[in-house]
Amino acid sequence: MAPQTTHYLVSPALINFVYIICSVLFIIGIKMLGKAQTARKGNIISAVAMFLAVVITLFDQKILDAADPLTWAILGGSVLLGALIGLFAAKTVKMTSMPEMVALLNGFGGLASLFVAWSEYHYNMVEGYHPEYFGKSAIIATILIGGITFTGSIYAWGKLSGKISGKAQVYSGQKMVNAAIAIALLACSVAFVVIGDFHTAYILMIAGIALSLLLGFAAVMPIGGGDMPVVISLLNSLSGMAASAAGFVISNNVLIVAGCLVGASGVILTIIMCKSMNRTLGNVLFSGFGAKAGGGQGTVDGEMKPMNIEDAYYVLEAAQSVVFIPGYGMAVAQAQHTVKELAELLENNGAEVNFAIHPVAGRMPGHMNVLLAEADVPYEQLKEMEEANRILETADVAIVIGANDVVNPAAAEDKSSPIYGMPIIEAFKAKTVLALKRGKGAGFSGLENSLFFRPNTRMVYGDAKATINELVGKFKES
Amino acid sequence: METILLLFIFTLAAFLGFELISKVPSQLHTPLMSGSNAISGITIVGALIAAGGTAGSWFATGLGAAAIVLATINVVGGYMVTDRMLAMFKKKGGK
Repeated sequence: MAPQTTHYLVSPALINFVYIICSVLFIIGIKMLGKAQTARKGNIISAVAMFLAVVITLFDQKILDAADPLTWAILGGSVLLGALIGLFAAKTVKMTSMPEMVALLNGFGGLASLFVAWSEYHYNMVEGYHPEYFGKSAIIATILIGGITFTGSIYAWGKLSGKISGKAQVYSGQKMVNAAIAIALLACSVAFVVIGDFHTAYILMIAGIALSLLLGFAAVMPIGGGDMPVVISLLNSLSGMAASAAGFVISNNVLIVAGCLVGASGVILTIIMCKSMNRTLGNVLFSGFGAKAGGGQGTVDGEMKPMNIEDAYYVLEAAQSVVFIPGYGMAVAQAQHTVKELAELLENNGAEVNFAIHPVAGRMPGHMNVLLAEADVPYEQLKEMEEANRILETADVAIVIGANDVVNPAAAEDKSSPIYGMPIIEAFKAKTVLALKRGKGAGFSGLENSLFFRPNTRMVYGDAKATINELVGKFKES
Repeated sequence: METILLLFIFTLAAFLGFELISKVPSQLHTPLMSGSNAISGITIVGALIAAGGTAGSWFATGLGAAAIVLATINVVGGYMVTDRMLAMFKKKGGK
């Protein structure tokens, strides 16, 4: 803000006015994004708002005053580089890798906000300008949120892409260590705001950056792969909050509003995901769910009964109503197209086909919907949990493809089970359950799935895609 | 005064956000997430000012430039990938 007698090319009032228009467009865009018919248009409207915001920002007097050709080249080059990378990533990413992509993008957003705040404070120091308490609070808040978002997302990305084990990583005293990091970070932040001396404050800020990066890693570490839908939603929210905080740093309305909208939408998704598992956010974040073996596993009576493909074919051939229950295993096997093929053949054979989608199936909110949409499964066949359970009561066959905990009856019956109370897709109600599974291992939570031991369940072992392919072959032969 | 005004905007925007997105069909969970993720790239505005308005400090300009690259990846990648997903949903509606 330079209040001198500068001649403005575009007055600050006009720039702010355009920012208001952008904010309105973001609001309309995100509202439309929440409805199926308008979602695509909403996304485009919000993209237009972003474009408008970028263009008008280039007329900011701060930039016009300072910018020489070199600076313009830096701005243009950076945008071009980012746009090319973004374009390439968006065009080439596989739908099965969408959770990783979203995690990475969250992280980049968080880091960008951190850099904005750091740059601002560094420039303050160079200029010898002392920000007020509030300004400094905004700077450190942006750094804190941005840093946690960045490393948290990178760690989540590593887990999702299989670069590091998806299992929850716990060690004794982990909570104490994490709490210590958090307290140290908080102390650093307060000291940064209060201490007036630039040198000391700058060192505290660097320490804050390091600690927040550390805390991001440490916080996501004890969270298992199956809880990723919650983590991704939460990181999404944080990336928005980081942008909003950066808005306070540079006193910019559109950052505050847009960031806040993202923050709210992320929180809402987080709540939906937690409810779908009947767990609190605190439980997801801090319990190290699935890391401990033993304890409340419950013993399961009976044995798993295998079935070969030939017999599975006859069961399906005779079925009038078939429900597919996909899980993360379908994504891993990239089986969605083959599944769609089998579904079509079953329909041609006279069966009614549906897909039962649990809200936390997969590794991010809506994961299964995206995959099945990619395979062109008609939207009408995708049933949410409640409706799916009604259909399952009269279904002849339920085919479980790589889903585990979301169909585990222990959640409804076994009070000692750690997933007790989680709403499930009641696959066991179908006359016959075909469980497609790679091997005999337990799910991400380390629990035995009592569904697999039921008298009406048959295990079809092998790679899900290969198994379904063989079934498709049998149908085509006949 | 300005501080209060900014906080005021923040508070209203938070409430608005919750009101806007309370009921979302699960089909749209992923696009909503990636689409709102692209919006969080609005930090690009701060990045542009940080890179363009900090002449005299190469370090500050460099941080700003890095922020521009990251935020642009976030924006372009986020919008494009969301559009790709929503295009798939669209296709089925016609059937």
